Amino acid sequence: MDSPAVEIIDLVKRYGGTTAVDGLTLRAERGAVTAVLGPNGAGKTSTVEICEGFREADAGTVRVLGLTPALPELRSRVGVMLQAGGVPPAMRCAEWLRLVSRFYARPLDAGALLARLGLTEHVRTPYRRLSGGQQQRLSLAAAVVGRPELVFLDEPTAGLDPQARHACWELVGELRGAGVSVVLTTHHMDEAERLADHVAIIDRGRVVAEGSPASLTGAERQLRFRARPGLALDELLNALPAGSAAKESPAGHYIIEGLVGPELLGTVTAWCASEGVTADDLRIERRTLEDVFLELTGRELR
Amino acid sequence: MTTLDLTPAPGAAPFPRMVFAQACAEVRATLRNGEQLALTLVLPVLLLVGFSMMPLIDVGASRVDFLSPGVLALAVMSTAFTGQAIATGFERRYGVLKRLGATPLSRAGLMLAKTAAVVAVEAVQAVVIVAVGLALGWRPQGSFLSAALLIVVGTAAFSGLGLLMAGTLRAEATLAAANLVYLVLLGAGGVVFPLSKFPEGMRPVLEILPISALTGGLRSVLAQGAALPLVPLTVLAAWAVLSLGLVSRTFRWE
Repeated sequence: MDSPAVEIIDLVKRYGGTTAVDGLTLRAERGAVTAVLGPNGAGKTSTVEICEGFREADAGTVRVLGLTPALPELRSRVGVMLQAGGVPPAMRCAEWLRLVSRFYARPLDAGALLARLGLTEHVRTPYRRLSGGQQQRLSLAAAVVGRPELVFLDEPTAGLDPQARHACWELVGELRGAGVSVVLTTHHMDEAERLADHVAIIDRGRVVAEGSPASLTGAERQLRFRARPGLALDELLNALPAGSAAKESPAGHYIIEGLVGPELLGTVTAWCASEGVTADDLRIERRTLEDVFLELTGRELR
Repeated sequence: MTTLDLTPAPGAAPFPRMVFAQACAEVRATLRNGEQLALTLVLPVLLLVGFSMMPLIDVGASRVDFLSPGVLALAVMSTAFTGQAIATGFERRYGVLKRLGATPLSRAGLMLAKTAAVVAVEAVQAVVIVAVGLALGWRPQGSFLSAALLIVVGTAAFSGLGLLMAGTLRAEATLAAANLVYLVLLGAGGVVFPLSKFPEGMRPVLEILPISALTGGLRSVLAQGAALPLVPLTVLAAWAVLSLGLVSRTFRWE
């Protein structure tokens, strides 16, 4: 039981000439929710599918519950939600969940699980007639019906309406409460902030930052604004109270850290006025994971 | 709101239970699919009734005695080859094979379930075709066991060919090719038109087709009372070994 839920060291995955995963190292603890956050094409799905045993790594080590991903033993201990599809289009909603449940020794009751995810009205609806959000919820149900120790959820809330997204978040919270380890991929920073104990931000196949959401965003408040690139921040720093910091990252995005209060705000706006600069999007707030990603990579998450 | 006990309690169901559950799902899917049913049941029965009642072909003896074994062979081909190729091709395309690969049902278990489902559907086909044949005056002879053995080996050969297509071609290509091959083999495999009607030079080629081996074998047992026709059985076994061997090397699950 000492091994982590997932341990990935220096993972590399190439498709022809493109390197999808480029030396990725990640550890997901047992009983915790780990979010793999990154833009499309960052290598999230490749990483997860190697953990699920669907793909072979080109280099590096991957251990799932301490075992090699392809081991048959893991199939009963790990629940999987694919990013899309995986269900015969003509199969009825409840029929699919019952079928999957019959592969496990002590499954959850399929009817209760469908009710929990708001699919009771659709038990007899063929998969192809379900909405995208309903299909996602059915796939989520199939991932947990076998009472796994670990679940991989690949973009579990993509395409969900707000209500269904909350139902999904609640279920993930309950899984965590019941001691299930959860590894999910997402490109919604609010989802990672809200659900995860541990967030790994990945970009271009590598982890660029990781930690708890609070440690990544920092507890300090910041003042942020946008203006034309290349302002001389040295002058501003001289005017600010000691211990303040000012940076431009990426170009045109300014971040002032320190004792953010009326005095600091007044100093900054006065300085902007003296420079003849209109500060756009001026706000005081905690950093979000979106900000962290932007600062690290110079690109928007989506 | 319902409370669910999500506490981990992992474990695979016993192997036979998994295979049985999957086989039942496959049979239900086949019987629910209208096009599939037309191919596996309606068309063979129509051919049997139509060609038995109308003097369109000259087979010498009783037409229904000649046709019934051929139509049985056609039914085997429609289920084990055409139906299975198309269904499996689309399962691959829709990620169903991939998703099932993440459950405790092993690939061997899945293949066993598919085989069991094919055999179950063939049993339904056989009951209907034999009943219609008997009603039309068919008087089968020979050993039931020999006929059953031919059907089993024929099923293996056609399943191998169907899965070979499903595991390598795109789903749409499999759909087109499986139907085309079905039509060609229906015409050229001695199902309705005796091979003796084809030009002399073509016959050796036609005779090694799996459908000709199955129709010829079943006909020599059920119409002529032969014990166990070894040549057709060997031809079918060779197709089975060859195709299933290739399947195990080339089948792509995604």
